[in-house]
Amino acid sequence: MEIKHLTCICCPLGCQLHAEMQEGRVVSVSGNTCKNGDQYARKELTAPTRIVTTTVRVRGGIRPVVSVKTACDVPKEKIFECMKELKSIELEAPIVMGQTILHGIAGTSIDVVATSAIRKG
Amino acid sequence: MKEYDLVVIGGGPAGLAAAIAARDAGIQDILILERDRELGGILNQCIHNGFGLHTFRKELTGPEYADRFVQKVIEKEIEYKLDTMVLALDADKTLTAVNREAGLFQLHPKAVVLAMGCRERPRGALNIPGSRPAGIYTAGTAQRLVNMEGYLPGRKVVILGSGDIGLIMARRMTLEGAEVRAVAELMPYSGGLKRNIVQCLDDYGIPLLLSHTVVDIQGKDRVEGVTIAQVDHGKPIPGTEVCYECDTLLLSCGLIPENELSIGAGIKLNTVTNGPVVNESLETSVPGIFAAGNVLHVHDLVDYVCEEAASAGYHAAEYILRPVQEAATVLPILCGSGIRYTVPACIRPEALESEGKVNIRFRVDNLYEKKKITGYVGDTLIFNRYRKVVAPGEMETIQIRCKDILSCSDAKDITVKLEG
Amino acid sequence: MYDVVIIGAGVSGCAIAREISKKTAKILVVDREEDVCCGTSKANSAIIHAGYDAKHGSLMAKLNVQGSRMMPQLARDLDIPYRRNGSLVVMINEEDRPALMKLYENGVANGVEDLQIVEREALRQLEPNISEDAIAALYAPMGAIVCPFTMTYALAENAATNGVEFRFNTEVTGIEALEHGWKLQTGTGEIKSKVVVNAAGVYADKFHNMVSEEKITITPRRGDYFLLDRSTEGYVHQTVFQLPGKKGKGVLVAPTVHGNIIIGPTAIDIQEKDQTATTQEGLDQIRAKCGDAVKNLPLRQTITSFAGLRAHESNHEFIIKEVKPGFVDCAGIESPGLSSAPAIGVMVADIVTQILHLEENKSFCGTRRGILNPQMLSFEDRNRLIRENPAYGTIICRCEKVTEGEIVDAIHRVPGARSVDGVKRRTRAGMGRCQGGFCSPRVIEILSRELGIPMEAITKSGGNSRLIVGTNKDRL
Repeated sequence: MEIKHLTCICCPLGCQLHAEMQEGRVVSVSGNTCKNGDQYARKELTAPTRIVTTTVRVRGGIRPVVSVKTACDVPKEKIFECMKELKSIELEAPIVMGQTILHGIAGTSIDVVATSAIRKG
Repeated sequence: MKEYDLVVIGGGPAGLAAAIAARDAGIQDILILERDRELGGILNQCIHNGFGLHTFRKELTGPEYADRFVQKVIEKEIEYKLDTMVLALDADKTLTAVNREAGLFQLHPKAVVLAMGCRERPRGALNIPGSRPAGIYTAGTAQRLVNMEGYLPGRKVVILGSGDIGLIMARRMTLEGAEVRAVAELMPYSGGLKRNIVQCLDDYGIPLLLSHTVVDIQGKDRVEGVTIAQVDHGKPIPGTEVCYECDTLLLSCGLIPENELSIGAGIKLNTVTNGPVVNESLETSVPGIFAAGNVLHVHDLVDYVCEEAASAGYHAAEYILRPVQEAATVLPILCGSGIRYTVPACIRPEALESEGKVNIRFRVDNLYEKKKITGYVGDTLIFNRYRKVVAPGEMETIQIRCKDILSCSDAKDITVKLEG
Repeated sequence: MYDVVIIGAGVSGCAIAREISKKTAKILVVDREEDVCCGTSKANSAIIHAGYDAKHGSLMAKLNVQGSRMMPQLARDLDIPYRRNGSLVVMINEEDRPALMKLYENGVANGVEDLQIVEREALRQLEPNISEDAIAALYAPMGAIVCPFTMTYALAENAATNGVEFRFNTEVTGIEALEHGWKLQTGTGEIKSKVVVNAAGVYADKFHNMVSEEKITITPRRGDYFLLDRSTEGYVHQTVFQLPGKKGKGVLVAPTVHGNIIIGPTAIDIQEKDQTATTQEGLDQIRAKCGDAVKNLPLRQTITSFAGLRAHESNHEFIIKEVKPGFVDCAGIESPGLSSAPAIGVMVADIVTQILHLEENKSFCGTRRGILNPQMLSFEDRNRLIRENPAYGTIICRCEKVTEGEIVDAIHRVPGARSVDGVKRRTRAGMGRCQGGFCSPRVIEILSRELGIPMEAITKSGGNSRLIVGTNKDRL
């Protein structure tokens, strides 16, 4: 039996979590204030994921880049793969908030969406 | 120029929330004045996620969070002017502002909400000795360059200060291809949220050096390196200096409410928060001028900024619609042991609605474990909550029922303190 | 072949250039930096000394008093922010009274007008925040303050209007005597000139020693300063010096023409001529000394600290003379160099005129309009300006309320701003309490647009001081 200590990142509370591990599996979680903490610990210790937020270049807009995010969290080890894939993209203004700018990033089925609007400029 | 009942100075989250609340309370002629090119304020450059859990039960990015308020402003047909800088505010609420289209103009609203936000402490105010080359930025300036313009201000970065913007920028710079060599923090604890230390530093193996500071900056044209030393009670310890080769130093060393307009209007400021002294209605020492958000005191969470601002907007509307006589009794809120400041600084029992609640927000003066936060009206205990940990980096709120205050009719003051 | 090449685009070099441009001559000013006003002229106390301090009979004393007298007219002609605020040399030990009297007498001998000794009560009337220890002071109503940046730019611009050329990023690496004149080796090619004026500040010894057997040494003497926020305006009204006494030389506390308070300098002799880094010791020294003459200084309102170098020559005297035929030194120009600059200009111009037998420039125009500051206009005039040019309606620097119109003007002047610091010194954008935090990205953008060069090429202060090193993900 092994105990892992980690800080929950689900909300600003930052609960200190303690997870009991057995043969690479999470058996129990304590220290969490809500059920998100339990879920987070199980995922973080087996298959950690993150939302990736960054920018993508835009032509012809009032600003040269638009902010984007992955529509849901992606495997942590794919973060830089996501960044590299987004490097080569250039969009044309206008961009609306929520617009899908890439389908299935880094070999996943996860889309990348714009998180701000860029007017033509 | 058309006159307005309410003018809100600042179109960031505080200003937007205040304007929306004032409209909901029945004010027709509202004008928001925003100095930048878009509504949304500093949220527009905070492209990371994590906003809005409290208010929307959802993790939004900064621009998405701002957009929810912007859409409401548009829906409610609240007027706003962009690229408009307020140059002066007088005690009689005369505002002087300027923009390209209208030129220099004056407004005479019945009430004003101050929502100008804050600015970052620059290198000069930190008294870091050394040379003054290119490559020294506040974290927020770097954030604007990277997130809104797509430009990298540097490739090898040291960050001083572990406030949230510093932590967030450590991750942003790393993702965009820069190397973040270390984050140094003068205090023995981080000024930022724990989750940000995990997902912005730990995820990328960036060291957080607590009780460390930058004691020298090298480089003539561009930063070539910084010297970091360990500190003891804020003083560098000789012999602990380590040179970090880098081309960039980002500073995330605290925020200062932007109260130059407030000072011009003769508004009394709190020397701890650098924000206006306000009563339970978030009204400043000048009747009819209200304040909310980071101009009042620096917040950690935008949700609380908006909540506070909505209250300021509501009270500004009340002021316009139902002007009240000057209050006979004012209960000051005293900072007991462990408390640095409170917002509001006083409560007028006459202004309270008997079934309502009033929020008292505050910060503690040190890191404490296993403490009770207590509130007293006179000598009567009316609030008591146990906390495992309280830290200066996190704003605390206690909510007091108005009837608890009203029932202690002979009390002279209210006290908030840490006990146990 | 130029008639005159001036090495150094500081306040001396620019004053000399303008003064010579009153004659018909082909004049070039060269500087190793990217702009005017990049050395001693940009980091000093911003004071026009009345002239009581310099030793009676010295060239320094003569030029200081002359310069101080010339300043009001020059400030009007060239639109330079200048104010005669008076100065006080404060005595805090009764035993130092002989030294105070000596200073008074020296000032009277130098011809400084209206000097007087003020005692405790009168001193407090003049300066309510004076230290409790202050007993008496030498009061010099002729003492003044000036914007040293504008003064240097104004001289340069007016010189340029009258035909003077400027070449920047041009370091002189060698000087060779020709039969009639000189050949300068520079990083941007050879330059020939009949007369060379050496106004190179801390580097003046280098050029002097290239041509003269009688060597001189200029020691860079570093002065650290604090600058306080404009919210401290009025904390002192006069420039407050401490009378040097047992505790050594004190630091001055003075208002600036823009409403800040400046405190400093230290006096630390250093080796390298470009070492303007402040040090912890230097800043600590100011903190320790500044309270001696002024009480409870609000140091928490510090918005920046900086250091400048004074070109100290061991005899503490200006060296202004023709050291070789056609080679004129203007060396050792340390404090009161800024105060003396107008008179230095005249003196050097006279020497050059005699060498070259120059004739009057009949088309000389002696006036210059500064960068229009909309804050100085009436409500109506400011609105008229914005209607004509909407750029004056966009505030770029929030702290100092500098508009886009002023920044564009600064860039298109001759010589114009090429860098963020160049814009800052000319317009004050970035000079305020946030120190460019909000406005520097916008200033970079405006420079890029107006100069037609990419954002990445914009520098803080020339050379390799680039502010942006690439674009997002460019090396991923």
